[in-house]
Parts: sequence; C-alpha cells; structure tokens
Amino acid sequence: MQTVRVALAQIAPKLGDLQANIGMHLDLLRRGREEGAGLVVFPELSLTGYLLKDQTPDVARTLDSPELKPLLESSRHIDALVGLVEEGEGHRFYNSAVYLSGGKVVHVHRKIHLPTYGMFDEGRDFAAGDQLRTAGLPFGRIGTLICEDVWHSPNAWLLAQDGAEILFVLGSGPTRGARPETGVTSVPVWHDLLRTTAQFQTAQVVYVNRVGYEDGLNFGGGSIAIDPFGREIGSIPALLEGWLIVELEGEVLRRARTAYPLLRDARLELVYREMGRIRTERFGLPEPDQDL
Amino acid sequence: MREADLGIDPSATTDILTGFIRSELERTGLSRLVVGLSGGLDSAVSTYLAAVALGPERIHAVLMPYRSSSRESLTDAALVVDALGIGSETVNITAMVEGCRESVGEMDRLRLGNVMARCRMTVLYDLSAREKALVLGTSNKTEILLGYGTLHGDMASALNPIGDLYKTQVRQLARHLQVPDLVVSKPPSADLWPDQSDEDELGFTYEEVDNLLALLVDARVSPATAVEKGFSREMVDRVLNLITGSQFKRRLPVIAKVSTRSVGWDFRYPRDWKS
Repeated sequence: MQTVRVALAQIAPKLGDLQANIGMHLDLLRRGREEGAGLVVFPELSLTGYLLKDQTPDVARTLDSPELKPLLESSRHIDALVGLVEEGEGHRFYNSAVYLSGGKVVHVHRKIHLPTYGMFDEGRDFAAGDQLRTAGLPFGRIGTLICEDVWHSPNAWLLAQDGAEILFVLGSGPTRGARPETGVTSVPVWHDLLRTTAQFQTAQVVYVNRVGYEDGLNFGGGSIAIDPFGREIGSIPALLEGWLIVELEGEVLRRARTAYPLLRDARLELVYREMGRIRTERFGLPEPDQDL
Repeated sequence: MREADLGIDPSATTDILTGFIRSELERTGLSRLVVGLSGGLDSAVSTYLAAVALGPERIHAVLMPYRSSSRESLTDAALVVDALGIGSETVNITAMVEGCRESVGEMDRLRLGNVMARCRMTVLYDLSAREKALVLGTSNKTEILLGYGTLHGDMASALNPIGDLYKTQVRQLARHLQVPDLVVSKPPSADLWPDQSDEDELGFTYEEVDNLLALLVDARVSPATAVEKGFSREMVDRVLNLITGSQFKRRLPVIAKVSTRSVGWDFRYPRDWKS
C-alpha cells in the first residue's frame, strides 16, 4: 500500500435528519480537503443517526438517490466513507457503509451482524448483509466492517485473507457509564479489540465512533487509528466531537508483515476443512469438497 | 458479603450526565429547567449536574414544603440554592394538600404522602410551563427499581440524569460535585411525615440493597447465587418482590391492542423523534 492521509470525523449525527447530516458531511469533507486528507471516514449511520426504529424506511435511500449527489460530487476531490440506511433490492433496508471516490460509489459493505440483544434492536429494522468483499483503491486494498461485525473475529480475518491492508470500522457504540479503573467503560474495551485486530491481521485499522445522545443512550467516541504492529497512531478523546488526521504509512505495513508473516502462514485449507466438518456435524449437511 | 462493583468514575460520569442534560434539553428548543429541591441528596445532585451543564441562570429551583416538613429540609435546600447561585421560589403545598383531603375525606399517611408528591408534581409542571422549562428528574436507580416513589408524583419528570445511578453512586457523585456535606451525610428521608427514614421503612441500608441490586440486576446473578454470596434469603425475596411488584411504576399504562398499529407495541419511535 501507499501512504495515505485519513481524517477521522467523530461527529454527533442529527437523528433522522438526512439533509442536516449531508450538510455536516459536506462541511467536513471541505475541511478534509483543505487539510490535505485523501479520505474522510465517518461513523456508522452517520447520515441518519442510530436510534431510528420506525423511521428506518423513512430515511432509507437507494444508492442512486439524487439526495446523495452532492456527496458523490464532493468525492471527485476527496474520498468519503459514510454510513447510511441503504434501500436494497426487494425493499430491504441495510445498515451500510458506502465508499465514495471519483464521483462514484466504489465499495459498499452491508452490516452483517445486527445486534439484537440488551439495548440493541437492529434485527427488527435492518436486513443483514451476507458478503465480505475488499476493494482496491489507488493507495491500497481496503475492507470495511460496521461496529458489531468486528466482534466476530472471522470477519477481519477473511478481509485480510482477501487482501485488505486497511480495515475501516464504523461505529455507533454506546457507553455503559464510567468506572474508576477505566473511565468511560466502552472505550478501552474497543481499543483492546481493535489493537488485537490490527495485530492479528497485520493491518492498518481505522475506527470512527460517533458521540452524542439519543434518548438516554450516549455514544462513546474514542475513535482511533492503529498501525499493523498494534500501535496507536492517533486517537480522539471519548464523548466529545472531534477531528483527527492520521497518516497510514505503506512502509510500516511492509515491515509488520515481514516481521510477523501471519497472513502468509494462515491455513485456509485447514480452516475450510474443519469448517466443513463442523458444518456437517451441526447441520447434517454434506461435506464440502473433499479434495482440499 | 462480597461487594458488587458500585464504583464510578465521578469525573467521566459527570461529563456523560451534563452532556445528556444539555443535549436532551436543547433538542426540545427550550433552554431552562425547573427542579423540585427537597433538601435531600438526590435532588441536590440532579441540580448540581444541571448547574454544571447549563449554568446557574438557567435553573429554577422550587422548594415545596408541607406543614409537617422538617425545618432542615427547607434550610438544606436553601443551602444548595445559595451554593449554586440559582433562582428559586418557595411554594407551600399545605393548602393544596388540605384542599384535597377536605374534598376526598380522611386518608392514611401513605395516601397523604402520595397526595403531597402529586401536588409537588402539579406545581412543578405548572411552573415549567410558566418558565418555558422542562422538569428535571431526581429519582435514583435504587428507588426506581424498588418502586420507592410515587407514580405521577416524584417519579414524574422530562429528563432524569441520575436514574441509572444507585443511591450509593449518587453519593459518590455528590462528593465529586462538592454538594454541601450536610446534605450528603444526612439520613435519607422522603420527609412525608415526621422522622420518616428510607432505610427504616425499607428494612435495609442503601449500601446493602445497592450491592444486592447490582448483583441481581446488573450482573444478572441468580437469587440463589446472591444468597450464597452472603445476602439473607429474606432480603433477596423481599427485594425481588419489590422489583416485580413495582413494574407498573416503570411503564406507561397497558394498552389493549385492537388495531394494526398500536402505541406501545408497533408504533416505535425514540423519544427524541424529530427533535
């Protein structure tokens, strides 16, 4: 990969107000451009807010919606990775991350794991994505995950195996208060998870989490960029809106993958074989190809 | 008895709660809060948080004594008003309560206490209209879970910054916010009749019950495990009964579903809808 300057936009989207949020995105994209960033990364559902419930279909847009044109237009000058409710085929609504570049949508990730437990109810409102794909960009190959997706470790591994050098993680992660040892509880937990992900996949990891309040939920922020050795490149404090530009260095990726050839030494065929066995035992399905 | 994890980071908690107050107030288009100051810990902490969040000039405190209210309740509330430099007024609710009693007939002290709490609610909501303000809540998590409060009375508010903090955690926050020591250290009381004490009435201390609630509710520990950890079977049963028996106080009235889309069932919007 080549070195790229990435802006992390830790914002508080306005709940259910697409127009206001598009305006905020355009302002920050302008700022990113002025400050020499190649890309601005926004949080999960950055164009709509999180606690939508029955508003989900109201704010859903197909990716060719005219309302998204200004963002596409802006992407001729600077890339953007945004979160929105995507209306897909069959009027399914996806919690999607959309990468805009050169006036086009070049990559879409539909959230795979919709948390529906505790304070979360996403499974009621969204259809789950069922694909993990990487995208090749001029500076390198990227993969995108949304919040809960990164808690299922095969996802990051699959993206890395598929060539991802940078993993973008978009979050709307709420806090559960603040403890004496840790401060805002969710932030150190996320940082541990992301550091580990960067180390396990020897990939650059960029996490952008939102802040602000919706009903009593408060979103923790703590956006962070981590290099493939698991070292913090930069981060934004918890709870408050913030903005940070980091440089993801191509040379560091090369050194990390030389020092720790974990991707090279991965055993895809073994994973495939054992997955097939577990699948057969659990679901009574025939074994996949036996020729591996 | 193994202590549950009740420690909070008071500084970060203050950041979260003051941000909550600002955000939830300002999205309504209003800029002021009214709060009933009882002289006790909970309303003092809510008021301190509001003053930190908004500045003292945007808080209007209302002191609402009844003729049997203790003198300390009023002087301690005044202490908070003075310390924060917030605006305040006193509305004596004796005439309202007596008017109700005259109209309805004699009532025992529990009913009378509920009438007092609802008279205070009536005053607060009326003054919130006059002040173009929201009513700030002052119920803590312990009393919300145990149902130790009056439905449509002290449990009524527009936003409640301390509703997810146990009483012992409210006390930790109070020390951080430098609430006057007199208010922090006095025995908790609803002051609905002379010498009333929360802990006498409940039959356990807040420290005990908060530890038990943190196990049962937050850590989802089974009642049997709570007993193994040193809580008496009687206390565990009593607390479970208080929680289940007061569920109605934590929900809107039940609505019978007879249409395709019903409030409370499948008409689902956040409270912050379009605000």
